[in-house]
Amino acid sequence: MSIDWHALLTVLCATLAATVGLVGLFTLGVVGLARPAGAARPRPATAALTRAASWLCFAACAAATVWGIWLITAK
Amino acid sequence: MEHMTLLIGIVIVTALVFDFTNGFHDTANAMATTISTGALGPRTAVAMSAVLNLAGAFLSVQVAKTISGGIVDESAGIRPEVIFAGLVGAIVWNMLTWLAGLPSSSSHALFGGLIGATLVAVGAHGIHGDAVVMKVLIPAVAAPIVAGLAATAATRLTYLLGRRADPAAASRGYRAGQIASAGLVSLAHGTNDAQKTMGVITLTLITGGVVAPHSDPPLWVIVSAGTAIALGTYLGGWRIIRTIGRGLTDIEPQQGFTAQTGAAATILASSHLGFALSTTQVSSGAVMGAGLGRIGAVVRWSTAGRMVAAWALTLPAAGLVGAGAALLADQGAWGITLVAVLGLAVCAAIRTAARRRPVTHANVNDLPAEPQDAVAAAVAAVSPPPPAASSTTTSAPTTA
Repeated sequence: MSIDWHALLTVLCATLAATVGLVGLFTLGVVGLARPAGAARPRPATAALTRAASWLCFAACAAATVWGIWLITAK
Repeated sequence: MEHMTLLIGIVIVTALVFDFTNGFHDTANAMATTISTGALGPRTAVAMSAVLNLAGAFLSVQVAKTISGGIVDESAGIRPEVIFAGLVGAIVWNMLTWLAGLPSSSSHALFGGLIGATLVAVGAHGIHGDAVVMKVLIPAVAAPIVAGLAATAATRLTYLLGRRADPAAASRGYRAGQIASAGLVSLAHGTNDAQKTMGVITLTLITGGVVAPHSDPPLWVIVSAGTAIALGTYLGGWRIIRTIGRGLTDIEPQQGFTAQTGAAATILASSHLGFALSTTQVSSGAVMGAGLGRIGAVVRWSTAGRMVAAWALTLPAAGLVGAGAALLADQGAWGITLVAVLGLAVCAAIRTAARRRPVTHANVNDLPAEPQDAVAAAVAAVSPPPPAASSTTTSAPTTA
């Protein structure tokens, strides 16, 4: 009987990378949409750019989720 | 043959009952933190989880096809009686841990029950020892740690990045993220756990000669297993939801989101690599990790300790009940009847005990009462309580 350390390590790395990556992306999106408390109103162009970047982050998260669902169905 | 078909019918019904208990036992995995942070109302949360569990049941049949050959060797002469005994063991343990509000693994209860029953009825050669260690025991230890580490790291990161954002607006965003990640966990739960029951039913049908070996689960099996787990999920295991959502640590929307995402990532990564792990242990580990990740958060180690003790006990305890049931069920028709009657009696006793201090969708977000000893609760549940014990139970401080 041998313990499959390689598979265990793969799960650990994949989970860490996926979780931290997704949460990081999502947080950037949230931060982009929620202006710091008490901050000055940014110029319209900057505001639009930030909003677009935020939604890009959310879209990336959604894509990762769809990929996750595909992983469990296609196995 | 007539007797055979009746027995198979009984086993299928028992398997569906187990699936139902699996559903309400595991609602907490996906929805506990979603409910405790207020991202979704309790009823909405369980309804959403139920629908996604049902949908998940239809996604794939891979797990169902591997359950029988993997851990239990059906060629060693497993008969429907043995599966029945194993299921009774799993149901009884699920009910006991639910009464104590402990998030234990339904999958381990199922494996434990089947292993115990097989050991008694067939002997040690009916069990693949290697598979038990590699597919059940190692993931049981590793998965909560992996999920916990991921959730801790992600929680640190999200508080660091988001420290200057407007708290109210950020909370709205995190709640939306929580709903999405909880949905993913529900879906993954449906694909994993509903399929375990499908696998058991298919195994029964194969041993009874109703379907050919190595066949896919018939459609009616998929539909009924998916429906049973969805109904159980909708019922909501409020006791366990309270333990995970409020009992382990105080969860903020950020932490709920990171815990749920960590749990989903762990489940997806490991099921892709062929580990059968417990969604319950993964979710609880992730919630603990999220608690450790926020500076200043309180992690209630006593509750966590009771939970881990229940995890360690699950395999042997369900196995013991399964073994006892197999011993009786092997005696013939009267033995099987006796097992069924005893099983029903235990479940009824546990339900009655649960009614004394009900936890419902209305009070699920209250803080848990002073933790009661799980073993004492279990003993009180199965034995008719002496007058003294019942008076202490009723006079115990109710939830604040």
